[in-house]
This record gives sequence, C-alpha cells and structure tokens, in this order.
Amino acid sequence: MIVAVASGKGGTGKTSVAVNMALSVGNDQLLDCDVEEPNAHLLLNPKMHSTEQVYVLVPHINEELCSHCGECAKFCQYNALFVSPDKNLFFPELCHSCGGCTLACPRQAITEEKRRIGALKFGTVGDLKLVYGELDVGEIMSVPLIRAVKNQIQDNTNVIIDAPVGTSCPVIETVRQSDFCLLVTEPTPFGLHDLKITVEVLRKMSIPFGVVVNRAGIGDDKVYQYCKEEKIPILMEIPYQRRIAELYSKGIPFSLEMPEWKEKFQALYSEIKRLVEE
Amino acid sequence: MKICVTATANSLDAQIDPRFGRCSYLIIVDSETMQFEAIPNMAAGATGGAGIQAAQTIAKKDVKLLITGNVGPNAFGALSAAGIEIVTGAFGTVREAVEKFNRGEFAKTGSPTVDSHFGMGGKGGGRGAWRR
Repeated sequence: MIVAVASGKGGTGKTSVAVNMALSVGNDQLLDCDVEEPNAHLLLNPKMHSTEQVYVLVPHINEELCSHCGECAKFCQYNALFVSPDKNLFFPELCHSCGGCTLACPRQAITEEKRRIGALKFGTVGDLKLVYGELDVGEIMSVPLIRAVKNQIQDNTNVIIDAPVGTSCPVIETVRQSDFCLLVTEPTPFGLHDLKITVEVLRKMSIPFGVVVNRAGIGDDKVYQYCKEEKIPILMEIPYQRRIAELYSKGIPFSLEMPEWKEKFQALYSEIKRLVEE
Repeated sequence: MKICVTATANSLDAQIDPRFGRCSYLIIVDSETMQFEAIPNMAAGATGGAGIQAAQTIAKKDVKLLITGNVGPNAFGALSAAGIEIVTGAFGTVREAVEKFNRGEFAKTGSPTVDSHFGMGGKGGGRGAWRR
C-alpha cells in the first residue's frame, strides 16, 4: 500500500505525521518527495548508505550540422531554444526534457546529453528504509527528481510518502498512483482554505483521502464543519501540546518518547488500510 | 531601419507597453517611411520564456532595434545573440518613440533592466508564488 501525506498549507505537520507513522508501522519505506527542502532525515537521524546522481536529458546542438532553420525553437513549447541566423541559445532551466527538438530537427543536428539536477539519498533507521531526493541549488524543475524518488518504491512494502507543500505539479507527481492520501491540516482559516483546494485536486485524481487535524485546539471549528459537510473522515487529531512541540524542536519524533502515540499511528495506518480495501 | 516598439494596441498612436515578453503588440516600424506592421504578441500568455519567444518573433522580421520599457535577462541574451540593439525606459506612443529615435535622443541599454518574470503581474516572488 502506498500512502501519501500531503497538505495545501505549509507547516501543518506533514513530515511529523509521515515520520511518526513510518516509525510506528513495520516493514516500511519512507520516501521524502519534498525535494526542494527534504527534512524527514532531520527527524530520523538515519544511517546513510549511498547517493545516486539524477540527470535529465537536454539538447546539444551540433553547430556544424545546424542550418539555423529554427524548427527546434518553433517546436519548443517552453521557449528553451532561441535560434538566430548565426547563433543558437539554449536556456536549460526552461527545458522540460521532452526530446521533441531532436525529432523536429530536419538535419539531425540535435543529440541529447545528460544534465544533473540533483541526487537520491538512501538510508535506514532500524528496519525503516528512507529514500529522499535533494534538488541542486538553482534548479526549478523538481518533477523529474520526484519521479526518480518514486522509482525506488519497493513491492510488498508499506510505502509512506512525504509530499511537498501546495497543489502544483510536484504535488500531483508525488501523490499520483497512491492508494490513499492523508491530508494534514490545522483548524485555522488558512488551513481550511488550502485544505479545500487540495480536496478538489484529489477528487479530480480519484485518490481516496482522509484528514489529520494537527494543533487541534487552536483556531475555530470550520475545518470540522467542512469535513462533516463533505463527508471527509477525520482520522486523527494531534493536540496543540507543549510536550509535542518541545520534542519537535529537538528533532525527536514524538511517538518515540510518547508510546501511546505509536499505538495511535498504528491504528491510523490500520484504518487507512481498511478504507483502501473497502 | 526596422525598429520594433512594444505596444498596448495595434497602431502607431498606441501607448508603449512597458513589458517586452508579455506586451500586447509588437509593432515593427520602418523608421524612414513610418510604414508599420502590428504583430499580436503570441508570447504574452506563455507559461515561461515569453521574452525568448518574443525575441524569436522579431529576430525573424530582421529588426535591428527594440524600443520598450524593460527587458529581462533571458530576453536580453536572446536579443543580443540576434544582434538586436535595445532601448529601454521608453514611454508615450509608438510614433513618438520612433520620432525620438530619429532625432537621436535615445541611449542604448547594455544590460537587462529587470529580473526574470517581471512582466507576469504583481504576484510577489518567493517560495509561495512558485510552489502553489
């Protein structure tokens, strides 16, 4: 089973939920797909084993064969190529690696070459396997790296995915093909606003989902009202509690120090399983 | 000489559009005869690389000089590669701009005048704008 942990609003506790659930459920794999700022490893202190470079393919123009006809630039919907009568320019940060320019070129002057965008990191904490992606500084396209992280998904494993924030392409790529999506929110107007947007996205993608209310006790009851009206199950509430915040500030997953939470996360996972199989 | 002026509408009396990549019209004027061609800017709604696409459009038309408000770094690189000279900070109508050029009252620009995505509207940059 693949469970993605997402949220519209940032800082609601996605990583806390993903990490604590991963530590509570056995035989599992945690993938941190927030490749722009991965942080699950900061809470887990894993033993890191290896690193793998991740590349995308970008065009290389052989100037000797090029006639500056401009077909490649005309084809490119992302405007990554500029052709003038005596000079070509390539803007790598705009390229989506579709390879179309190599096909559009009537003189076969374009070949593809590798360009590094980041790396995959592999580690373990006991029997929990951690994989996360780290996008290189200055890169803006995280989707290919997220795809590389997801390619590491192992069969017959409990896979938990920590998603990036928001509802844009990186989130879509992350939650795609998940069996279930856990939406972490806080009971505030901002939390509700972004929760609604995420719900719309998941409904469109036909991914079943449920809500975790973090920092329960602050704000108002509008998140609860909304979930009731929309028949969205609230699967867990994590109270706004000093002890939990203190452990977080020290980088300690709270289920390790508060064993009752380990049971709650196990129960949460069983409930998700039940909902998926239903 | 062929001059391109970015404009908000399709005539010589239109106001100059201060954005290059996302201007409404690219007006190509012959500075001697004042004959012109108004090209709707297909790049205006591009998700990215609008300046590069607009530069490609005017490079194909054999333009030698661009008069506009601001130019971003990618557009500047493309225009320079195509040998197109750039005048920024222009305002008023297209006709006034060409006349001003004919009187020799413009100084050329040697570097980009704004950062990337300047013409995309007042959405504030930073993490939120990209990630939502």
